[in-house]
Amino acid sequence: MPTVSVKRDLLFRALGRTYTDEEFDELCFEFGLELDEITSEKEIISKEQGNEKAEGASDVVLYKIDVPANRYDLLCLEGLVRGLQVFKERIKAPVYKRVTPNGEIQKLIITEETARMRPYAVAAVLRNIKFTRDRFGSFVELQEKLHQNICRKRALVAIGTHDLDTLSGPFTYTAKRPSDIKFKPLNKTKEYTACELMNIYKTDNHLKHYLHIIENKPLFPVIYDSNGVVLSMPPIINGNHSKITVNTRNVFIECTGTDFTKAKIVLDVIVTMFSEYCENPFMVEAAEVVFPNGKSYIFPELAYRKEIVRADLINKKVGIRETPENIAKLLTRMHLKSEVIGDGNQIEIEIPPTRADVIHACDIVEDAAIAYGYNNIQMALPKTYTIANQFPLNKLTELLRYDMAAAGFTEALTFALCSQEDIADKLGLDISATKAVHISNPKTAEFQVARTTLLPGLLKTIAANRKMPLPLKLFEISDIVVKDSSRGKNKSPFSPAESILL
Amino acid sequence: MADGPVAEVLLRQLAAADGGLDSAELAAKLGVEHQALVGAVKSLQALGEIIEAELRSTKRWELTAEGEEIAREGSHEARVFRSIPPEGLAQSELMRLPSGKVGFSKAMSNKWIRVDKSAADGPRVFRVVDSVEDEVQRRLQLVQGGQAEKLGEKERSELRKRKLLTEVTLKTYWVSKGSAFSTSISKQETELSPEMISSGSWRDRPFKPYNFLAHGVLPDSGHLHPLLKVRTQFRQIFLEMGFTEMPTDNFIESSFWNFDALFQPQQHPARDQHDTFFLRDPAEALQLPMDYVHRVKRTHSQGGYGSQGYKYNWKLEEARKNLLRTHTTSASARALYRLAQKKPFTPAKYFSIDRVFRNETLDATHLAEFHQIEGVVADHGLTLGHLMGVLREFFTKLGITQLRFKPAYNPYTEPSMEVFSYHQGLRKWVEVGNSGIFRPEMLLPMGLPENVSVIAWGLSLERPTMIKYGINNIRELVGHKVNLQMVYDSPLCRLDAEPGPPRTQGTA
Repeated sequence: MPTVSVKRDLLFRALGRTYTDEEFDELCFEFGLELDEITSEKEIISKEQGNEKAEGASDVVLYKIDVPANRYDLLCLEGLVRGLQVFKERIKAPVYKRVTPNGEIQKLIITEETARMRPYAVAAVLRNIKFTRDRFGSFVELQEKLHQNICRKRALVAIGTHDLDTLSGPFTYTAKRPSDIKFKPLNKTKEYTACELMNIYKTDNHLKHYLHIIENKPLFPVIYDSNGVVLSMPPIINGNHSKITVNTRNVFIECTGTDFTKAKIVLDVIVTMFSEYCENPFMVEAAEVVFPNGKSYIFPELAYRKEIVRADLINKKVGIRETPENIAKLLTRMHLKSEVIGDGNQIEIEIPPTRADVIHACDIVEDAAIAYGYNNIQMALPKTYTIANQFPLNKLTELLRYDMAAAGFTEALTFALCSQEDIADKLGLDISATKAVHISNPKTAEFQVARTTLLPGLLKTIAANRKMPLPLKLFEISDIVVKDSSRGKNKSPFSPAESILL
Repeated sequence: MADGPVAEVLLRQLAAADGGLDSAELAAKLGVEHQALVGAVKSLQALGEIIEAELRSTKRWELTAEGEEIAREGSHEARVFRSIPPEGLAQSELMRLPSGKVGFSKAMSNKWIRVDKSAADGPRVFRVVDSVEDEVQRRLQLVQGGQAEKLGEKERSELRKRKLLTEVTLKTYWVSKGSAFSTSISKQETELSPEMISSGSWRDRPFKPYNFLAHGVLPDSGHLHPLLKVRTQFRQIFLEMGFTEMPTDNFIESSFWNFDALFQPQQHPARDQHDTFFLRDPAEALQLPMDYVHRVKRTHSQGGYGSQGYKYNWKLEEARKNLLRTHTTSASARALYRLAQKKPFTPAKYFSIDRVFRNETLDATHLAEFHQIEGVVADHGLTLGHLMGVLREFFTKLGITQLRFKPAYNPYTEPSMEVFSYHQGLRKWVEVGNSGIFRPEMLLPMGLPENVSVIAWGLSLERPTMIKYGINNIRELVGHKVNLQMVYDSPLCRLDAEPGPPRTQGTA
């Protein structure tokens, strides 16, 4: 589960009230979040690097909140607050709009070269935004969280945010030979070529993990403005020229990568979360992206989707008996604005761009249940009448186990994974004769193969217990794994093994 | 042994002695092994107040084997010195002598010899003084003679550093007369025979008292492993609730059944090398039900069955990748698919308890292999309320009655719930399981009718076992490093019994 770290007091101020830790924990439980840890920057540094390094660090109380992996709209303080406020019916869900600018629309042109590498790009503008230190921190942190989660560590999508006032469009997203790319990257004082940067960042603890995405490619992606200023070299680093600061008023956002759907979702999340701070709140300025084949798209999509679900379906699936109006209210509290339509039994639900996780009616059913309160649902027993059967292999195993113990043997439980040596060399066999199954990329030798016999495990158990008084009489009845070429599948035949030591 | 010859002699010596005797001295005087004397002392002690024995510990300096050799032959450096004739000796030759290497450097630092490096045929060693005093040998001989105290502290530790001396601790007993001292000890009877009874002689014989504190001989027995005892109980619970056991005798699974059939997208982080064990050989699953595979592909990439889908490029090669199953839900998927092929639909209840594999970071509560418990109910019109009802019955059989449910997220269930129960000891709510209703995107491509719901839940086997048996580190429970004594001692598994008072050590 992704974790979001927010300053407690900032959170309470935005929520309009304070909570005790227990009350907030309850609220999280209800909503499907988890208050994982209450800490502070000082405590974190203290734990990781010792008390000395923590001197002077902030005491401000931080809440670490675990968020469901599919809720990108809860990955920052702004989203959490909005979600909770709508849940508690203290505010109405905002309506996000894409607006065409009065002047020229910002354009991002994708060239053919990038089409072969990271072909997709989306873009948008946050116009007249007002940052504070906290908002700015949150903005940067959200990008990092998205990078780690939906963007799969920048492999699928990379986000770049730029001070539009330092640039001049139209922008070009192209790919060039590393030696031909030269710019001053973020927070550095001189210009470097892309080759030099790849070397420099090899020792950067943060960026070294992303180098592999483009490292061995003949061309590197790069975004220029009309004056040749480098905005960024995705997915590695932005240019320093267009660096955003607390004072930035107009932000140009670009997301590039290999997954179009995810790029669109990511862009939608960023702009919906932070357009709150624009002069016209929740209005996002459109940008145009032109693909090599000439097709152009306007972003952000900010699509609202409508779905119609029968009220009695929701009641039936959850196990409650609410009126359609009540159900509509429940769903509205979950950021799914709903109203009763048609014959009074249908509910029309509007799914906002922040809820890309809602892809089927069952997602809507869950939200209705959450708003109703899981613990308010009445429990019932299914009337499913069935005759139970045991799996014959397991039934026999249970019978044998008892008789083995009655015969004086002690049951062992050993690992199914072991080293090649364990099932071959140490038993005087050649590994190819064992028909063993091999694991790819084992971390240690202990995870090389799946056991073809129970003997090594039992012998290791005896070895680990050699100080025990003799006799040691062990047994194990469990699966082994052997390749079965006739079916092209693997099977684990029944194989008991015993060991006696006098 | 209290009536053995050594004990008798000891008693007589004690009678004659004034005050007490030292066991080591006495052993030497009598010419018996010290240990034999100690044995006699101990057995006499067991008889009561016949003797008193005070344990004393004395330290003594003794020569090591090398030390003894030097005391005999002289120190290495002295021997080196003696082997150099007036005209000197080639260093190479010197080094070949038995004491050469060790003695040479010592003799040099004592300034007994010198080396002329410029000599014609190689470096040559010459005497510096005419004669030397072999201090080391003298000192060692002092110790040998029992006069170690004549040496200074510094001298002794120097010799110890050279491994020529060791300090030996000797435990001896100071034996003196006890309050019930007597030189004659009568043998105590250990058995009552019919003759003693009929003759009445039992009245005059001393009997050895019973030792009720002795541990006794444990009966020979076999033992079942605690984790598997718990597994047996869970199997019973499911069977009592009418659940049929699913076949799970395949550790190896294809990505298709482990992930794709469960509507888990191909770019999901759980499908990483970091979390899943993929196979090198055999790398791919060759047999998959292709028409079903196509329906799954369509649902993932384009949607359908009322779903928007994930809208990405679904790849067959990815689905073919073999792996060690990461959950037993893949077995549930297979069982539900088989159920869906049987027309008309009949409701079913399934369960499984078996091993799964995760390639995650290992710590005190996580191993790469563990066991999952899973229950599934497929029927018409099942609701979240039914899921909660089944969970209540299930957990009641585990002795857990206070339950709370929390919204959660799983790729293949929606709604999903985490199940919490109140832990009296920790005084807080702890998670005891995960549950949900399978998504239509998973069930409908299988061919299950639209109004059939499938509810499911799962938990790990290790966690309740560790709680029940008070084990903190999972390595003490699973794997070959388990302490067999723990397996020998682990009690019956009674999942629904009230927790009793803490067990004391040594109660039978």
